Amino acid sequence: MPRDNSIKSVLIIGSGPIVIGQACEFDYSGSQASRSMMEEGIEVSLINSNPATIMTDPVMADHIYLLPLTVESLREILTKRKIDAVLPTMGGQTALNLAIEAQEQGLWEEFGVKMIGVDIDAIELAENREKFKAHVVSLGQYVAPSFIANSFLEGKNAAQKIGFPLVIRPSYTLGGTGGGICHKEDDFDEALRRGLNASPTHEVLVEQAVLGWKEYELELLRDSNDNVVIICTVENLDPMGIHTGDSITVAPAMTMSDSCYQLMRNDSIQLMKSMGNFAGGCNVQFAQDPETEQLMIIEINPRVSRSSALASKATGYPIAKIAAKLAIGYNLDELKNQITKTTSAYFEPTLDYVIVKMPRWNFDKFYGSEHTLGLQMKSVGEVMAIGRTFLEALQKACQSQENGRSGLGADKKEWIRTEDILKRLETPSDDRIYRVKDALRLGVPINTIFKLTKIDRWYLEQIKRLVKYEDQLMRYNVAEDIPTDFFRELKSVGYSDVQIAWLMRINEEEVTKQRKKLGIIRTYKMVDTCAAEFEAQTPYFYSTFENENESISSDKKKIIVLGSGPNRIGQGIEFDYCCVHGIMAIKESGYEAIMVNCNPETVSTDFDVADKLYFEPVFWEHLLEIIELEKPEGVIVQLGGQTALKLAEKLKDHGIKILGSSFDALDLAEDRGRFSNMLKKLEIPYPRFGVATDVEEAIRVANEVTYPVLVRPSYVLGGQRMRIVLNDQELERHVLSIFKHMPENQVLVDQFLERAKEAEVDAICDGDDVMIMGIMEHIEPAGIHSGDSSAMLPTYSLNDDVIDKMKEYTVKLAHALKIKGLINIQFAIKTDEDGVDQVYVIEANPRASRTTPFIAKAEQVPFLNIATKVMIGANKLKDFTIDRKLEGYAIKVPVFSFDKFPNVDKNLGPEMKSTGEAIRFIKDLKDPYFRELESQRNMFLSR
Amino acid sequence: MIGGKAILLLDDGTYFEGKAGGLIGTTSGEICFNTGMTGYQEIFTDPSYYGQVLVATNVHIGNYGTKDEDAESESVQISGLICKNFTDLYSRPLADQGIQKYFEDNSIVCIYGLDTRAIVRHIRSKGAMNCIISSEELDVDKLKEKLAKVPNMEGLELASKVSTKEMYSLGDDEAKYNVAVMDFGTKKNILRNLVSRGCKVDVYPADTAAEDIIEKKYDGFFLSNGPGDPSSMDYAIETVKVLMKEKKPMFGICLGHQLLALANNIPTYKMHHGHRGINHPVKNLISGKGEITSQNHGFSVDAVVIEKASDRVEVTHRNLNDDTIEGIRIKGTKAFSVQYHPEAAPGPHDSRYLFNEFVDSLS
Repeated sequence: MPRDNSIKSVLIIGSGPIVIGQACEFDYSGSQASRSMMEEGIEVSLINSNPATIMTDPVMADHIYLLPLTVESLREILTKRKIDAVLPTMGGQTALNLAIEAQEQGLWEEFGVKMIGVDIDAIELAENREKFKAHVVSLGQYVAPSFIANSFLEGKNAAQKIGFPLVIRPSYTLGGTGGGICHKEDDFDEALRRGLNASPTHEVLVEQAVLGWKEYELELLRDSNDNVVIICTVENLDPMGIHTGDSITVAPAMTMSDSCYQLMRNDSIQLMKSMGNFAGGCNVQFAQDPETEQLMIIEINPRVSRSSALASKATGYPIAKIAAKLAIGYNLDELKNQITKTTSAYFEPTLDYVIVKMPRWNFDKFYGSEHTLGLQMKSVGEVMAIGRTFLEALQKACQSQENGRSGLGADKKEWIRTEDILKRLETPSDDRIYRVKDALRLGVPINTIFKLTKIDRWYLEQIKRLVKYEDQLMRYNVAEDIPTDFFRELKSVGYSDVQIAWLMRINEEEVTKQRKKLGIIRTYKMVDTCAAEFEAQTPYFYSTFENENESISSDKKKIIVLGSGPNRIGQGIEFDYCCVHGIMAIKESGYEAIMVNCNPETVSTDFDVADKLYFEPVFWEHLLEIIELEKPEGVIVQLGGQTALKLAEKLKDHGIKILGSSFDALDLAEDRGRFSNMLKKLEIPYPRFGVATDVEEAIRVANEVTYPVLVRPSYVLGGQRMRIVLNDQELERHVLSIFKHMPENQVLVDQFLERAKEAEVDAICDGDDVMIMGIMEHIEPAGIHSGDSSAMLPTYSLNDDVIDKMKEYTVKLAHALKIKGLINIQFAIKTDEDGVDQVYVIEANPRASRTTPFIAKAEQVPFLNIATKVMIGANKLKDFTIDRKLEGYAIKVPVFSFDKFPNVDKNLGPEMKSTGEAIRFIKDLKDPYFRELESQRNMFLSR
Repeated sequence: MIGGKAILLLDDGTYFEGKAGGLIGTTSGEICFNTGMTGYQEIFTDPSYYGQVLVATNVHIGNYGTKDEDAESESVQISGLICKNFTDLYSRPLADQGIQKYFEDNSIVCIYGLDTRAIVRHIRSKGAMNCIISSEELDVDKLKEKLAKVPNMEGLELASKVSTKEMYSLGDDEAKYNVAVMDFGTKKNILRNLVSRGCKVDVYPADTAAEDIIEKKYDGFFLSNGPGDPSSMDYAIETVKVLMKEKKPMFGICLGHQLLALANNIPTYKMHHGHRGINHPVKNLISGKGEITSQNHGFSVDAVVIEKASDRVEVTHRNLNDDTIEGIRIKGTKAFSVQYHPEAAPGPHDSRYLFNEFVDSLS
C-alpha cells in the first residue's frame, strides 16, 4: 500500500532525559524518523524535555516543543496545532507509556489523532509477562517456566515450585530495574521485596533461571502487508544472566548454524505477526541451550528499541527511517535501500565484517553500589567497533572505550594473580573480558574459564590466539626483527602499536615507524548492507589491514570533527549535538565534513549526516591514519568533549592544524599552575589552591589554603574522585585512594568556598569580539558539580555588579587564552565579611560545554553553528545577527539513575552523578516548580 | 599444512596470495560469491555449485563445525573455497567434526586470509570468470597454463555429473501421492519437503527417458535444481516437453525452472555474476506479498521474450532488486517453477508455501 495521504501532520514523542537503559539511541531514532517524515512533505511536531538532543533542534523538525513529557503538555500541543497522527515508537518506553496514558484519558480520540506504528494491545501483551508467556506457549514456542506474584506470599510460593537459581522480573520497568538473579534461598526475600517495589503494579515474575544459555537478539521490520524482514541478528558473548545492555555483543552471530538460525527467524516472525497489527520495528530476544539447541523466547519489544540503533549502525540499514515510512503506510517493497539507492529496502542486510558492541560502565561514580553485572542494566554508554576478524573488532572496541587500555590487554594493566582473576570471572564486573584474557595468559585452561563464565568456547579459543601471538612477539627484541607477515597478522587481529611496543618493551614510535616502512597501513572498507554485492553510494567506512582501499580522498577541502566516544557520566549526548551542528556548519561553509566516532547511539554517526563517516575508535593511532589519508585543512577538537580535546597535544606535535583555539590555549586552561598565574596577572580572583604529588605535600597545601578543601586528581572528567574534605585525616584517606586508583597523577587541593553561589558563562570568541551566549545561575550552592546542579538561565538572584564582573572576566579570559570558538567559565560568588559579593573564577573550559545545547535551545539561537563557523575562520561574530527568544527563565534540571544502584550514596557533591537532563521553562520566580527547587537547594549537599 | 602459502589466480591475470586450508592441492572452476551469513556447510554440499569455486563473503567460516545432517548431498560439491578466516576451532556440541578434516575427507582445497571483499568487488565489475587455487604449485605462470584449460561455464552441461546414477525412492510406500523427481543435482531438503508433505518420491537420473517415467503413472513431476548451463541440456528440455504433455502438476526449482522455460521456448542467458545468497527479495505478483529467498544461480530466464509470450507463460514472481524473472506458470497447465530455493537450507523459510501449492495440486 502506498503512503497514507490523510496523514499531513505528525507528532513524534521523544524519550526525555537520559537514564540508564534509555539513552541517546532514541535521539538517533527520533531524529531519523522526523527527517524521514519531513522528506515526505509531512509537517512534523516533536515533543521532548531533553534539551541536549539534536531531535529537538529546528533543523530536525518543523515544530519543537521542549515540554515535560506529560498528558497536559500533549493537550497543550494538540490545542495549538492540528495533528493527524502520533508516532510513539521512537522514544522508548517513556514515549509509549505517555501515549498509552493519553489513550486512556481519551486524548487522541478527543482530538482525532491516529496512533501510528504501534498497536497498544501488542504493547500491553508484551509487557504483561503472564499473558505474554501464555501467548508464546499457544504459538507452540517455548518459554522458561514461571509464576506471577503480586504479593510476598505468592512470590515465596512460586520460588518453592521453581527452585533455585531463579530470576525475579518486575513488570513494567525499564532496563530490568529491580530485577535480579537469586542463587539461593537466603537472598530471596530481599530480592522479592525489591522487585515488588520496583514494579508500578507490584507485580513480579518468578522464573526459572537459564544461566549460561546463549543469548540472541533479532531486529525485525514489518509493514502493513505483513511482510517481515530481519535486519540484524546479534549474538551475546556474555550468556544469559547478564542484561543484554551490559553484554558484549557480536554480529553476525559467530556460533550459530543456519538450521538453528532459521528456526529462530521463523519463531520471531511468527511471534511478531501474532502480536497485533502494526507497521514498524520490533526486537525479539532468544535464549538457546547450547547442548540441545532448544530455543526459548525471552521477550519482545514491539517498537524501535535500544538495540535498533546498534543494528542500524552495524548493518548500515536505517531502521528508524524505514520504520517511520512504514508507519505512514508504505510497504517494504515500495521503498529503496537507502545505502545502495538502487536495490530494494525489502531485504535482509548481510555483513562482510564483524561488529563488536562493548558497553561502557561508570561504576566509579556510584559509591556503595555493587559492581557486579546481572539482570539489571548498569552501563551508561557503549561503543561499537568494526573489523574483518572478530579479534580485530574486539580489540578496536577496547581501544574505543577510553578506559586507559590500548586493546584487549597487552598493557601494564593486566592482573597477575590467578586467584583474583578466577574470582572475577565468577562474579562478572565491567572488566570481565580483560580478566578472561588474563586468565588465558596465565595458562588457565579454556574449560575452567568456560565453567566459570559460560562464554562460548569459540570466543575463548579466539582470545587464546592472542596469547599465542604475544608469546611469539615477545621473542623479538626490536621492531625490525618482526617478520612482515607476522606484523601484518598482528595488526589484522587488532593490536595497536602501543600494545606491540609494550610487549616488546620498546617505544610506540619505533613500532609505528617500522610498520609504515613495511607498508602495513590501514585500508578502509565500506559498510554497504550487502557485502559488496551491489554498488553503494554511502560513504560509511571502517579500517582494516587489507589490499584494497575503498575510501578515496576527494580533492575538496576537508575538515575532520572528532566525536566524543562512548557516553558516560560527565560526557554525554550534548556533545553529539555539538558535533552534528559542527558538521552542518562545516558543510554550509563549503568544506567536506568528515566525522570520526565510535558511539553507535549517536546522530553524528548516522549515514547521511557527515559527508564522510569513519566509524573508528577516537584513538590516536586510528585517527592519525585517517588524517594521513584525508589530508584535511584541520581538525576540530572543541566539539567532542574531553575525548577530542585530549588528542590536541598529539595533533600539535604532529604538525596537524587544530581549528579554533590552539593547543596552547587548551593547555593553558587545563594546567592549573599556568592558569592561576594568568588569573593573577589579569587580576581575576580565584580560590587558593596547591598541587601535591604525595600525601604529606597534600596536607601541607591543605593547611595553607585552609579547610574545608576540594581535593581531586588533575585531568579528569565530571569531577571524578573529587571530594570536599574537612581535616587532615580525611584528606590522607582520600589522597591515598586517588593514588591507588590513579598512580602517577597529581592531586589538586582547592580552597572550598562555603555558602557560595555558583554560576557559569558560555561564550564565543572570534579573536576580536566576545559574545556571551548565556549566564546561568545554579540553584544549588557551590560544591555540587555543575552537571548535577539545576541551572537557571538567565540568573535570578545575582546583582548587576556580579553579572558585569562575570562578563568582564569572560572577555578578559577569552582574549588572554586566545580563544577562537567556544569557552565555558565557571564562577563562584561569595559574599565577603564586608557584605560585598566577590566573584571567583573556578575553571575555564575552552570547548563546547554541557550547557551549550541548553542555551541554544532556550534562546533558540544556533550558537553551535556560529561557533563552528568562527572556529574554522569562515565567519566573524559580527557577521551574525542574534535574535534571542527566551521569555522568562529556562531551568536545566539534572536527572539521575539511582534506581539502578540500590545502596548507592544518593547525596550530591563535587563528583557528577547525573545521567541526563531536562529543560523546563517558567514565566517568573513565582513558579511553584522553581520555588520547590529553591527551597531544597542546600539539602543534598554532601562531600 | 594448514596455514601454508597458497595462490588464487583469476582468468584476467589478477592473483592473490593467501594461506592454505583443507586439502593441499590445486583446484579450478568458475569463481562466484555467496553473501549468506549462515549455512556454509549447506552451500558447500549443494550440487548446484558443482564446477564452481566459492567466495564466502561472511568473514568467519568453520566456527560451528560441520554436522552430517546439515549436508545437502552426499559430498562437498564446490570445487574450492576462498574465504577470509578459516577456523578449524569450532564450537557446537551437536557438530560432528571441524571444517579442516571435513575438507580433507572431501578433497577440497581452500585459500584463506584474502581480501575477499576486494575479490567480490572485482567480480562485481568484471563478471564471473574462471579461476584456479593452488597450495602445491606456487608458480603463477604454471597455474596460468592450467587455468587456460578449464572449460567455460557457458555451454557446459554438468547436471549429469551430479545426478544420481540409479533411480531411488524416499518416503512411505503408502504415501498419498507419488512424485517423480528429475534429479539434475537435487538438494536433500527438496526431497525432505516433499516427503514430509505426504509424497513418496522416485528420484530419477537426469538422462532418464520421459516415457519410462510416464508409464509409472505419477501424480506429479518435480524438476530439481542443478549446476551448469540449462541451454546445453537438450535431452532434459526434451524430457520436460514430453512430461508436460501429461498435463500433470509439475514444479521446478532453479535449474528445473530454467528447463521448464526452455521447454516452453523461453530462452535463458548467462548473468553477469549471478545471485547467490539468502537475502534476495522476491515479490509474488499474484498475492502481492514479498518473500526473502535463498538463491544460487548464474543463468536466468529471458525477461524480454517472456513478455512477448504472455499468452502462454505468466510471470508469477519478480526480483525486487533487479526485476529479473523469479517464477513462472505455464498457462493452461499445472506446471510452475521458481528460480530461487523454497527448500532453503540454507536460508529463510518464507517460500515453503510453494511446496504446499504443489502438493495441493496433486489431488
